[in-house]
Amino acid sequence: MTVETPRVTTIALAIRDWPGHRAGQHVDVRLTAPDGYQTERSYSIASAPEDADVSLTVERLDDGEVSPYLVDELRPGDEIELRGPVGGYFAWDNELGGPLFLVAGGSGLVPFRSMLRHHRASGSRVPVRLLCSARSLELLIYREELIKLAADDLVDVSVTLTREAPDDWRGYRGRIDPALLSTTGWSAKEEPLTYICGPTAFVETAAAGLVALGHDPGRIRTERFGGTGV
Amino acid sequence: MAVSRGFVGRRPADSARVPPGQYVTRDFPVLSAGPTPYTPLDTWDFTVRGLVNRPVSWSWQAFRALPHENITVDIHCVTKWTKLDTTWSGVSLDTLLDAAPTQASYALAFCDGGYTTNVPLADLRGGQAWVVDEYDGQPLDPEHGGPARLLVPHLYFWKSAKWIRGLELRPADEPGFWEMFGYHNYGDPWKEQRYQGD
Repeated sequence: MTVETPRVTTIALAIRDWPGHRAGQHVDVRLTAPDGYQTERSYSIASAPEDADVSLTVERLDDGEVSPYLVDELRPGDEIELRGPVGGYFAWDNELGGPLFLVAGGSGLVPFRSMLRHHRASGSRVPVRLLCSARSLELLIYREELIKLAADDLVDVSVTLTREAPDDWRGYRGRIDPALLSTTGWSAKEEPLTYICGPTAFVETAAAGLVALGHDPGRIRTERFGGTGV
Repeated sequence: MAVSRGFVGRRPADSARVPPGQYVTRDFPVLSAGPTPYTPLDTWDFTVRGLVNRPVSWSWQAFRALPHENITVDIHCVTKWTKLDTTWSGVSLDTLLDAAPTQASYALAFCDGGYTTNVPLADLRGGQAWVVDEYDGQPLDPEHGGPARLLVPHLYFWKSAKWIRGLELRPADEPGFWEMFGYHNYGDPWKEQRYQGD
């Protein structure tokens, strides 16, 4: 288990008979109480198809039923019940091409870690631009990995910090808007394939902004969740 | 079934109304595969086409003039949330389908943005389904499918297509958008028909 931020943990799973997945897919986690009560939630897969382990990155929601258990209670060696992989639309593999624009709000970055790892592991030549929005640098997940990914000429990483930024911060500040999408992404005539993941309001802003900039709505794929952290 | 060490969980207060694997939310989460379309009402229409003598269309004005019903129902999303006692206003599919006699057994809902979903016609008739244009006494918000969406509350909520523009009536069943991406073809929440093979 890897602590990403005080609220976010990555959990590596050893799964018997895992059928493999595509980058961007999710799994359903089912928990069972001693009296037989069960509940389920969906989590994006954070690892690439090529990685040895399947890992999930989970943000603890204060009013959550499953995420506090996964982040605070689960220990190495515990077993959980999984179903998946699930979802075939918010998925990317090299054959789908690009150029790729990935837009992440908060823990919306999770499926993109899978896609970027797949991009590297598969030796993809597709150019990628990633825009992540986080409240602060401390709350940006996968910081070190993002720095390494950005060393690849084909991968361009932009970060905007919405609440607080270090004095010497050289990235962007403030919430995403059409100007930032235009600066950090592709122009409409380059016909990018765009994936947006984050809380609803973030996804609405990003998708509407790109459509207003002339992007084909049919090449914009969205995934929304109820969590916080933009 | 393996017990999850240390897991207690919350039980819904009204568990008889909550299908297996679902939890009750007070929010109204939004899920969709692409950007929200914003269709001007003066270009909006609702069409029943396919296996009919001739297609029937209603403009927004004509649709608004059809008899509306107030509906209070529980809704169940395949992403696990259930929302109890949601209130809508809309036109019964019985009203819309009566205007287009058909021998078809299936319908494919089509929508702005390109979304589709398939539903047996038997599930759209008999006071089980509506095209709704108001939620909670207000015009339906675009994020939630406005100007109008399908409401088929006895199936998982992806069947209640947002931004609906009509129904294509078909002699044979054909999977819609999520149904082609691994979700269950029918989607009964009480049988937990989430994915293909359930």
